[in-house]
Amino acid sequence: MSATATARRPKQRKGDLIFSGTTRLAAILILVALAGVAIFLTVEGIPALDAPPNKLGGAESLAGFVWPLLFGTLLAAVIALVIATPFSLGVALMISHYAPRRLAQPVGYLIDLLAAVPSVVYGLWGIAFLGPELVPVYRWLEQNLGFIPFFAGPASGTGRTILTAGVVLAIMALPIITAITREIFTQTPKLQEEAALALGATRWEMVKMAVLPYARSGIVSAVMLGLGRALGETMAVAMVLSATSGVTTFNLISQLNPSTIAANIANGFPEATGLGVNALIASGLVLFVITFAVNFAARAIVARSERRLQG
Amino acid sequence: MAKSIDVSDLNIYYGDFLAVEGVTLTIPAKSVTALIGPSGCGKSTFLRSLNRMHEVIPGARVEGKVVIDGQDIYGSDIDPVQVRRQIGMVFQRPNPFPTMSIYDNVIAGQRLNAKKMKKSDADDVVERSLRSANLWEEVKQRLNRPGASLSGGQQQRLCIARAIAVEPQVLLMDEPASALDPISTSAIEDLIHELKADYTIVIVTHNMQQAARVSEDTGFFNLAGAGLPGRLVEFNSTKKIFSTPDEPSTEAYISGRFG
Ligand SMILES: Nc1ncnc2c1ncn2[C@@H]1O[C@H](COP(=O)(O)OP(=O)(O)OP(=O)(O)O)[C@@H](O)[C@H]1O
Ligand SMILES: [Mg+2]
Repeated sequence: MSATATARRPKQRKGDLIFSGTTRLAAILILVALAGVAIFLTVEGIPALDAPPNKLGGAESLAGFVWPLLFGTLLAAVIALVIATPFSLGVALMISHYAPRRLAQPVGYLIDLLAAVPSVVYGLWGIAFLGPELVPVYRWLEQNLGFIPFFAGPASGTGRTILTAGVVLAIMALPIITAITREIFTQTPKLQEEAALALGATRWEMVKMAVLPYARSGIVSAVMLGLGRALGETMAVAMVLSATSGVTTFNLISQLNPSTIAANIANGFPEATGLGVNALIASGLVLFVITFAVNFAARAIVARSERRLQG
Repeated sequence: MAKSIDVSDLNIYYGDFLAVEGVTLTIPAKSVTALIGPSGCGKSTFLRSLNRMHEVIPGARVEGKVVIDGQDIYGSDIDPVQVRRQIGMVFQRPNPFPTMSIYDNVIAGQRLNAKKMKKSDADDVVERSLRSANLWEEVKQRLNRPGASLSGGQQQRLCIARAIAVEPQVLLMDEPASALDPISTSAIEDLIHELKADYTIVIVTHNMQQAARVSEDTGFFNLAGAGLPGRLVEFNSTKKIFSTPDEPSTEAYISGRFG
């Protein structure tokens, strides 16, 4: 048996060989590029461990320099997702299951268009329009909900707060999350939906029984992709946020805001010299690692919920 | 609990396409009625019009009357959701909710009807329904496993248990055994025999022997010609349909199928 098997190895066709060769090359190239970036960030970041406070924006150590930035990055991203996720799921459901097709298609189109708007434009909009518009809202929050630490105030006069940045990021993450979840919602097997309807489920009950369980892992991936966008977004945050270095606070509406890693690099790199450059690169390494960690976590969650599905 | 169904002059459309025309018949209570006919003649379409599932397809609509228990289910003041809660349906391909446990699958309809339910009541409903569906012994040790973890035949019986858990007036089955092996098929036929004591059952089948075995009455649907709507050609007791049908086309279809 095995003798004939080895003797008659399937003949490799030329087309197959070329194709598998190019795909393998492409895969290797991507890995090499990733490794290259990681090595560069690590090698260039390490010297920053010895950087003096004047190169670290006044912080005593590299950790003290990076931590507030990391904090700001995560805070802005979390705000963005808290706002964007329910909105996106609602819009996606509306398009896939509620709106008549005449209406659903143009709305879907518009949402997709939001993804094509360059982030500078969002930055401009945030700084010139959204920020000032939100000032009265922040005043109201401070007066009425000031007992919640998030809204302790004093309310910023320009509206260029981490909350405004979060809102802008939410709008930027919205099309990604909406597009992916809408796609998954529409793929829900008809048979599952009809199972629920035949039991006497209302539209919303059908969504809960058939659509959302089917889409669960897809929703997680979509939110994680949105998170990726929010974590890495540079320009819009750099423009909108009026940041103070070294701040870590959960007060979302005051003048004192932490910056994000990406925005801080964009703002600081042109003037940075010597070990200051290394410090920025070190913060970039942290962002790189965090983004990876988020992606891996997302994959783990998806894989686990799929395993549960198969029982 | 079981109710007869009076259908009169029913026209069923997909958009502008008239799929089934002019159906008038009375389906008796507490008995099994089989619907047979060639593919595409509108058996599924007709069956789905009996619990207003037809209209969930965009553009699909119905003209005519379907009266159950003295009430036209297409009446203007009737909520289709309420109709579906009282008429159970089993589909051709088993469709349990894959992520829900076996237990939750069975109780899903009850949860829609009455939001709050005592745990012991729910346990009773689950056991009773699974017993009626001849599935209890096979799954009682693993009620918390997902519905998708069962074999095809078990999944179909789970779907039957889910449908009868709410004690519907009528049970509609669209080729419930066509995806199953002979053993599961015979289990389902036995089950149908037992269920007709309590339920009005309408079953679509391509299997003549099955129709002859399980049903009291049989309706034969046919197409008048290519592109024309399907019609109910003959509705009679199953005995008569399979021995001396009134219509020559019924005879032709049945003898053709038996070879
Ligand atoms: N969703 C739909 N949209 C438009 N036309 C449909 C749809 N479903 C069925 N039809 C048409 O309605 C007619 C009846 O179809 P139906 O599925 O009721 O036939 P059937 O008797 O159940 O056939 P089978 O034995 O193959 O299941 C066919 O002409 C079919 O093409
Ligand atoms: Mg059919």
